[in-house]
Amino acid sequence: MIVLNDVTYKYDDSRRAALDNVSLRIERGDWISIVGANGSGKSTLVKLLMGILETYEGDVSINGIKVTEENTRALHKNFSIVLQNPDNQFVGATVEDDVAFSLENLEVPREEMLEIVDTVLQEVGMLEYKKHEPSRLSGGQKQRIAIASALATDPDVLILDEATSMLDPQGRRDVLKLVQAVHKKRKTTIIYVTHDLTEVFRSDAVIVMNQGQVRLKGSVDTIYSNPHILEENNLVLPFEIKISTALLNQSIMSYAKLVRKL
Amino acid sequence: MLSKVLIGRYIPGDSVIHALDPRSKILLTVLFMVIVFLANSWATYITLILFVLIVTKVAGLSIRFLFDGLKLILVLFIFTFLMHVFLTKGGTVLVDGGFFTIESEGIITGIFITLRLTLLVVVTTILTLTTSPIELTHGLERMFQPLKRIGFPVSEVAMMMSISLRFIPTLMDETEKIIKAQSARGSSFRMGGLKERFQALLSIFIPLFVSAFKRAEELAVAMDVRGYNVKGKRTSYRLLEWKSSDTIAIIIMILLAALLFGLRAIGL
Repeated sequence: MIVLNDVTYKYDDSRRAALDNVSLRIERGDWISIVGANGSGKSTLVKLLMGILETYEGDVSINGIKVTEENTRALHKNFSIVLQNPDNQFVGATVEDDVAFSLENLEVPREEMLEIVDTVLQEVGMLEYKKHEPSRLSGGQKQRIAIASALATDPDVLILDEATSMLDPQGRRDVLKLVQAVHKKRKTTIIYVTHDLTEVFRSDAVIVMNQGQVRLKGSVDTIYSNPHILEENNLVLPFEIKISTALLNQSIMSYAKLVRKL
Repeated sequence: MLSKVLIGRYIPGDSVIHALDPRSKILLTVLFMVIVFLANSWATYITLILFVLIVTKVAGLSIRFLFDGLKLILVLFIFTFLMHVFLTKGGTVLVDGGFFTIESEGIITGIFITLRLTLLVVVTTILTLTTSPIELTHGLERMFQPLKRIGFPVSEVAMMMSISLRFIPTLMDETEKIIKAQSARGSSFRMGGLKERFQALLSIFIPLFVSAFKRAEELAVAMDVRGYNVKGKRTSYRLLEWKSSDTIAIIIMILLAALLFGLRAIGL
């Protein structure tokens, strides 16, 4: 469980707080989506959770242990992240080398590594690309490799920071489907950061951020039924959601129910 | 055009050359660099050219593909050739232009030195084409392991090299995109005087550097959250194994050196 209490963070070169009194509670195994326009504080929140930003005001605790400068690295061993641009996070020259990178850092014995690399590549459907150069793959395939690399250490929390924003529609669908499968199979806590409100429908809760503050938190239904709050926070409900909501209102069915039926 | 650049590129394959231990490939390349300097006649150069052609074929690489990559550094070869043509004296005077002369020794030396340079570039390119950056750096890391005792940061240097090699194709693609984008806005890199050309080049380098720094920052974050610690211990996914084929390859290289010595001794 991740708990943030009145957390405030300000970058050295900025007058405004990037995170302003943020309080959150993320239960183990939940899928939380964080939405917000550029500069809303989503990425700062992710960096804080990953232990990249260490001097903040307030309290952050993970599984009951308060995060301090001394134990940040140890606590965050259970976190993995998938970034927006997969090209900027590949270290290995081949797919298998890249997946093995985190395991090498954790001093996992070679025999164990060989098994884990094959297992995670199989899980993301990329085993046949094991010997390929990551930079020569398609956008969707690259993100699947990045997810495999993130899963190699069997993290408790998987953070996807706008991981689909550079992909074509098919790539987006593939990545989203894969994240759903991972969440279902591994019961991993998912923190899904996105601009795209159509991608949040599988979430247990959605957090709307603006100017470093949490402006709205609730179920997918709550978020979709508050378009005025979204607009106030520089977000626009996608057209298809507006249509769906209008249709669903007629038949008195929740959006989540519709998604489950589909 | 830049996609033809071969330096730093790795082409996965299952040839005998690909399967050699990276340490033996590095050693073979260094040995070849020394052997090239033994060549001093047509016979010795032809022997070396034949050897390199055989190695290229065995590595499963296309000779044409390799030479297409060389075209990009053709200017360097031409410059080397011309330097010797005009500056090396000896033999028959072929052209007497008053303030300069072209002599037969100059042409022969120019050809030999250009061939030497070409062979060196081709052999090092074969090394990178058949050895993944990770293998290459693991090989170097193992070879330089004794330097750790005197405090030399072997692992850090190896990681820096690995990342540099890994990012060469990415930055090449980026450069190509920037060139296209700037050309679409009317920038010309082939026309105008020196000043205009320099300004046009700046319009490539500035966005390229900005993008490279951004990438470096993201990569540092990614490596940090993936548990990389400069001072930390790491295990290795790649197993370096010295096989009999590695010993045979070294013996072949020694035999090549002996053949060249022989050719020199009998005056060929």
